[in-house]
Amino acid sequence: MLNAFLEALLFQAGYNTALVAIGAALLGIAAGGGGSFLFLRKRALVSDAVAHATLPGIGLAFMIMVALGGDGRNLPGLLLGSALSAMLGLIAVEWITRNTRLAEDAAIGAVLSVFFGFGVVLLTIIQTMTRGYQAGLESFLLGSTAGMLYQDAVVIAIGGSLAVAFVLLLRRPMTLVSFDAEFAATSGINVARMDLVMMGLVMAVTVIGLKLVGLILIVAMLIIPPVTARLWSERTEHVVFIAGGLGGLAGYLGAAFSASAPDLPTGPIIVLISFTLFAISLLLAPGRGVLAAFLRHKRFQIRVHRRQGLLALARGEVILEPLTRRVLRRERLIRRDGVATEKGRAAAAKAVRDESRWALARQLYQDETVYSRYDGLTPIETVLTRDEIADIDRRLGPPAPVM
Amino acid sequence: MSEVALELASNEGKAVAKPLPADSPLLIQELTVAYGEKPAVFSVDASIQPQSMTAIVGPNGAGKSTLLKAVLGIVPRLSGKVLVFGEPIENVMQRVAYVPQRASVDWDFPTRVIDVVLMGLYRELGLLRLVRRAHRERALACLDRVGMADFADRQIGQLSGGQQQRVFLARALAQNADLYLLDEPFAGVDAATERAIIDVLKALRGEKRTVVCVHHDLATVSDYFSNVLLINIRKIAEGPVATTFTAENLQKTYGGRLATAHIDQLKLPVA
Ligand SMILES: Nc1ncnc2c1ncn2[C@@H]1O[C@H](COP(=O)(O)OP(=O)(O)O)[C@@H](O)[C@H]1O
Ligand SMILES: [Mg+2]
Repeated sequence: MLNAFLEALLFQAGYNTALVAIGAALLGIAAGGGGSFLFLRKRALVSDAVAHATLPGIGLAFMIMVALGGDGRNLPGLLLGSALSAMLGLIAVEWITRNTRLAEDAAIGAVLSVFFGFGVVLLTIIQTMTRGYQAGLESFLLGSTAGMLYQDAVVIAIGGSLAVAFVLLLRRPMTLVSFDAEFAATSGINVARMDLVMMGLVMAVTVIGLKLVGLILIVAMLIIPPVTARLWSERTEHVVFIAGGLGGLAGYLGAAFSASAPDLPTGPIIVLISFTLFAISLLLAPGRGVLAAFLRHKRFQIRVHRRQGLLALARGEVILEPLTRRVLRRERLIRRDGVATEKGRAAAAKAVRDESRWALARQLYQDETVYSRYDGLTPIETVLTRDEIADIDRRLGPPAPVM
Repeated sequence: MSEVALELASNEGKAVAKPLPADSPLLIQELTVAYGEKPAVFSVDASIQPQSMTAIVGPNGAGKSTLLKAVLGIVPRLSGKVLVFGEPIENVMQRVAYVPQRASVDWDFPTRVIDVVLMGLYRELGLLRLVRRAHRERALACLDRVGMADFADRQIGQLSGGQQQRVFLARALAQNADLYLLDEPFAGVDAATERAIIDVLKALRGEKRTVVCVHHDLATVSDYFSNVLLINIRKIAEGPVATTFTAENLQKTYGGRLATAHIDQLKLPVA
């Protein structure tokens, strides 16, 4: 199994597998990049309604193609059917939100369940109709790479590339609309149309990804990568690119995995890989990660204790608080018994001096940069120039002696 | 004839020297805007003087924000006409900049201060043009004008309310417009920010641009503005501050809600 996975990973498992893996990667990039805007526009769940709304279209398309004497499993035909019913689902959500008092979340719940329920009924009918003959439509629920034809892989690869191109082309207006729709409108962007384009993109990704990921889990490909990317960056462009990269990686690994163990459905594997990437990011991301936040808090706590300890020393107090003692001890600012060392007295004097400097600076420089920067911790040298400090020192006179 | 009709007739009787439509940066004619079946702005006429600084004043819910949004086409106009520099606003949007009231954006959005200001250059950049150093320097210069250049790389959520307001003003400056529409730029900001903003607005006027501000602080109207437009769903009065911002007009605008004592404190010119 490991061997098979490595082969699939390195394009040695045959032309078809390689094509599927590339297709899945492209799909992942498009889903991650396009999903970023959905996530930033706070409309992530609409994509779930759209995805579930594809099912009746698949069933109806199959029935119609069989009735016309064709092959019911023809992929372009099934995708066309799914796109039409997804569009219907999307229109239903928009219509309900606009014309009734229901909020969008209620509309999403209603559309999602009704369409999905109808789809399941159609699938059951098809199963009884075609006794003995495997329609294989269940694979659209959770996705699979088994039995994927060359043409199927080509459809996925081309569709994925087109979606990526769309994201690249429209990333700027989509950013503006997501951040501040009113401003976007005054900048000459048609907000309603841009929302439609965003949804169209989601629909395209969903339809293209149906065979590979399945309609139940496609929402994870649209949402998990952007949420992960957000942990790594404070800039929209970077979030979009990182999300695309993560989505592509998850798609590629997932397809390779699934090809090496055809019993495993592709969709859930891709989701699990995405989630692993998310969990690692949540732990390790520099700005917003859990570990970084913990370390930042610890460092901050130590700075507070050091400062308060020094001011207490200057007042001639003996340090009793355990953490403060440890912090000051480590820098040899106090002796074992809590009394200040030579170095400690100097540091305490400087701390007191800086307090009076700050007090005067806040009177002298009323502007916000000085006024708002005083928090008891910021070194005055980082806010004022050396000349300004010298000027303040002249006004303050000689420092008071410290006990 | 009803009282309202009488008042209308007497208003029309006055000879008001209106500029020709093409001269006025913003000409509003019989503008009505409604949410559902309740008019928020009813049949308002106004003509903003070129290179003036106009305050739109009125009580809460008077339709001030709605008026601006209707001018910009953000909310649909039920009837009436809006001409900007003599043309429908859709044709001259690039000459107009808008600063919304305490922008209702997601402050955790992944965007830095400089990125927000660069959004003001969207019309120039379009879909694909790359952001070059010259663009970045222009954005920084706009930030500098509002005293925020040191914050360019901060995520916007890390700023105070007043600082955020200044960043949105910088974005409008980057648009390099001829008509600036601002919705309560001084609401909830500290004194330093208020100073910074009013200095920028006065400088804009010095550059022969036109500034229109929804403004709620009656005490500073005379200091800050040259003209005033008083509305309460309908227009009450418009004109130079010296002749229009009178106790009588304020009483009409605010009704009983503005105590006489309060008006006395404003030391208004006697009509
Ligand atoms: N989006 C909206 N939907 C319904 N009513 C609104 C909406 N926005 C404003 N209103 C109503 O329109 C009136 C005018 O509002 P607004 O223009 O915000 O007043 P102002 O800015 O003068 O305080 C108010 O009664 C307000 O409740
Ligand atoms: Mg308002």
